[in-house]
Amino acid sequence: MATAQQGILGLLSPYPPGWGGVLLTGAVSTVAISACALAIGLLLGTGGALGKLSGNRVLRLLLDVYTTVIRAVPELILIVGLYYAGTDGLNRLLAALDLPPVEVNGFVAAVAVLGFVQGAYMTEVLRGAILAIPIGQIEAAKAFGMGPVLRFRRILLPALLPNALPGLANLWMSVTKDSALVAVVGYQELALATRLAGASTKHYFVFFLASALLYLAITLASNVVFKLIEGRVRRGQPRLA
Amino acid sequence: MSFTWISSYWPLLLTGAWQTVSLLVISVVFGFVLAIGLAFAQVSGGRLTRLAARGYCTFFRGTPLLIQLWLLYYGVGSLLPMIPGIRQSLFWPILREGFFFASVSFTLNYAAYEAEVLRGALLAVPKGELEAGQAFGLSPWKLTRRIWLPRAIRIALPTIAGEIVMQLKATPLAFTVTVMDLYAVANKVRQDTLLVYEPLLVVTLFYLALTAVIARVFRGLEAQVPVRR
Repeated sequence: MATAQQGILGLLSPYPPGWGGVLLTGAVSTVAISACALAIGLLLGTGGALGKLSGNRVLRLLLDVYTTVIRAVPELILIVGLYYAGTDGLNRLLAALDLPPVEVNGFVAAVAVLGFVQGAYMTEVLRGAILAIPIGQIEAAKAFGMGPVLRFRRILLPALLPNALPGLANLWMSVTKDSALVAVVGYQELALATRLAGASTKHYFVFFLASALLYLAITLASNVVFKLIEGRVRRGQPRLA
Repeated sequence: MSFTWISSYWPLLLTGAWQTVSLLVISVVFGFVLAIGLAFAQVSGGRLTRLAARGYCTFFRGTPLLIQLWLLYYGVGSLLPMIPGIRQSLFWPILREGFFFASVSFTLNYAAYEAEVLRGALLAVPKGELEAGQAFGLSPWKLTRRIWLPRAIRIALPTIAGEIVMQLKATPLAFTVTVMDLYAVANKVRQDTLLVYEPLLVVTLFYLALTAVIARVFRGLEAQVPVRR
């Protein structure tokens, strides 16, 4: 038993020949991909939510198509499809401009695809959060003569954050888990690193369990962080209405 | 856009669709049964069962389904042959199939999410209805079977529909463990014909149709019981 224990610890040690370092690097890139995708999603989602609420009918129709299609199609198909469509489209564009084709960086592709998917979900979360703000607060801001930008920064944003935060936390959890799907198109994050480690040592069980625990650690740590942020944005609010 | 490949691939597409639907039905049915147990363990279990059920849900909801699937297929799958006699047993043809591992991991995963939904629903059943049942002299078992659980499932129906659609959207992962599901067929068509978008489009339409069917079925189920608003 002692030797087996030693063997497993050796496999997971952070220094070669152990694979712990590879797994940890994978975990870091998982978090990095997810964070960048979330940031892009936030941008797209804010634009989408404001667009849907703007009252422009053509814009709203386009955004409805975007959110409906993205949310209805399986994530794996979206990621694979967008990955091919994105790199293909980019190279066609470059060819049309008489530029040489580029090999799209895996990280950029992963972030772009996941961010585009996140944006659709984010649009709905933020739209709901904005609609939940009492209309009087916005009217008051208008009455004070605030411009749209100032109103967004001073009134809308602080008021929507507490409403949107649970949804944002859910989206963060799902993007950390969806980022595992990027392994299927071949970018090395935690899931693919684990598979490599397993394939070259044949200790699949150990490595997959280890990476499941790493994902779990990411989830639990994010729970704590989101609880702290929620406490911060809800400061001064009554606990129960 | 060219769809001539469909004429030669439609039997394969049908098999793929069948595999996808069976994965969905198996995981939803068994997962739901498991979820009922997990939900009751959390709501009315002792300290230890409560903790175990909580831990189960946290683990399966906190890790990606892909990792769970690979942990089962590659990890447990590589340990299974070490059990003496298992290769000779009559279960072996099932146990070495990717389909088996996909069904098991989807079931376990679905159960974790569904248990959370049911837990909330069990707690949302109006207390007066349970007390009425008790006043009629129903035993705890009968009360659970006739009032508490059916009432909770009714409360949870819209959420359950959502969870089933989520589960449907997770099924393409099975292709990574050699299951010939609908997505895997699309993949094969791509490899054979070098068409990227057309097979994905056809498969996507199928998923959309299936989602519409699920939504329709649940709308029917919800209409079964009149609700006063």
